[in-house]
Amino acid sequence: MLKLENIHTFYGPIEALKGISLEVHKGEIVSLIGSNGAGKSTSLMTISGVVAPAEGSIILNGATIFGLPPHEVVRMGISHVPEGRRIFPRLSVLENLEMGAFLGRGSFEEILGAVFELFPILKERSHQQGGTLSGGEQQMLAIGRALMSDPEVLLLDEPSLGLAPIMVTKIFRTIHEINSRGKTVLLVEQNARAALKLSHRGYVIESGAITLEGKSEDLLKNEKVKHAYLGE
Amino acid sequence: MLLQQLINGLTLGGVYALIALGYTMVYGILELINFAHGEIYMLGAYLGIIILAFLTAAGLTAYSLPLSLFITLVLTVLFCSSYGFTIEKIAYRPLRNAPRLSPLISAIGVSIFLQNYVMLTQGATDKVFPSVLGSGGFEFFSTRVTYLQAAIIAASGIIMVLLHLFVMKTKTGKAMRCVAQDKVMASLVGIDIDRVISITFIIGSGLAAVAGVMVALYYGLVNYSIGYSAGIKAFTAAVLGGIGSIPGAMLGGVVLGLAESLGASYISSEYKDAYAFVILIIILLLKPEGLLGKRREEKI
Repeated sequence: MLKLENIHTFYGPIEALKGISLEVHKGEIVSLIGSNGAGKSTSLMTISGVVAPAEGSIILNGATIFGLPPHEVVRMGISHVPEGRRIFPRLSVLENLEMGAFLGRGSFEEILGAVFELFPILKERSHQQGGTLSGGEQQMLAIGRALMSDPEVLLLDEPSLGLAPIMVTKIFRTIHEINSRGKTVLLVEQNARAALKLSHRGYVIESGAITLEGKSEDLLKNEKVKHAYLGE
Repeated sequence: MLLQQLINGLTLGGVYALIALGYTMVYGILELINFAHGEIYMLGAYLGIIILAFLTAAGLTAYSLPLSLFITLVLTVLFCSSYGFTIEKIAYRPLRNAPRLSPLISAIGVSIFLQNYVMLTQGATDKVFPSVLGSGGFEFFSTRVTYLQAAIIAASGIIMVLLHLFVMKTKTGKAMRCVAQDKVMASLVGIDIDRVISITFIIGSGLAAVAGVMVALYYGLVNYSIGYSAGIKAFTAAVLGGIGSIPGAMLGGVVLGLAESLGASYISSEYKDAYAFVILIIILLLKPEGLLGKRREEKI
């Protein structure tokens, strides 16, 4: 469904991605794990068009999205929840969700109902300003907002970052729920164990290159992964 | 006397507020002080006079004054909006990712260019024109209010209410607020940032055009340099109200207009231009983010 081939991305003279190739099949959760600065976020930002790749190819459902600006990529059916949630703080919860549906993909009422069903707290707080929500609620709002564009592929960047353990569990359960409702998910996480347990397949990224890939259960057993990312 | 000055002040304040809105909207979205904005207002004043003179020569003004004023306003807004749109496209957009000083210098350049362009084509002296509106008016609590003053106060009030509704309620208005709050995230929900920025310049320039026409009618004269002083004052109004805040620009404009008019009549008219800045300094000392400004938290 989503296929990256030989992607090179630069920040000025620094090559952040050195020829990344990866593939996400329809209905999968795929996790991308790696340490700080390995290129996880850059990979997602390259897919969504926030940073422009220098070379390579990105194909979604047979159509190239390489080099498209972010608002065009959303139109093609990819929704990116960036690191740090980045909700609009001075818009109400409901307005945040409305903006998620900016392009009018899908039926607004229907998707809004589904989002409120996933996150009942958002319905309760729908008239509160986004900036007044707690961290966990903001993460829910960020995911809900991304779902409002009725995407086929959801890109999630560190959804567990800075959240209390109980909230992390809740968020991961929700990601599972979203996936079982038919959304394909590409998940970037530092919390490698939780991410691999949740996902079908995984890629390990190190200094801008994929060094390992496979089924999640195999990666969880892999000595190198255990040592470097699972702390065993 | 007091009521008379309040009305004069509100008239002036309405005009400052309209111009200030253009500064504050552009700043809110690009964090750029658009120094060329005062020049758009000046162009509006010139174009207003030229178009009105043309309509008068064609006999339309004698036939129906309101219609001819309406056409003048619409055409001026269209012209100035396309100036604003074009300026952003050629002078600011290519510098979007440049260091912050570069677009600022570019703005100053555009401002100097427009001033000289108008000076060369229209001459360096004041252009005076006979008032087409006459000095009709009415008594309001034994104070004389001209129709033009009433029209300026009413028009600026209505425009500001409409703008507020536009920004708060419409989809495009909400998109503008998103772009102001977080550009990258706005593009990730599907907003075309370039389009929103263009719309912002078009609206801001349109408001300045309305202010220009109103001032041209009010004073009956224009000069190529009026954009500079009005620009500085409107910018002061925007900062006073809290730069980036739309209600702040409205409030700042009115406060400034009242301060000028009251100061000129009760203290001394010699220092008319100084009151605005005295008030600015006092308010910035007490509330550095401006009257209605929001303290921006540093992004991590």
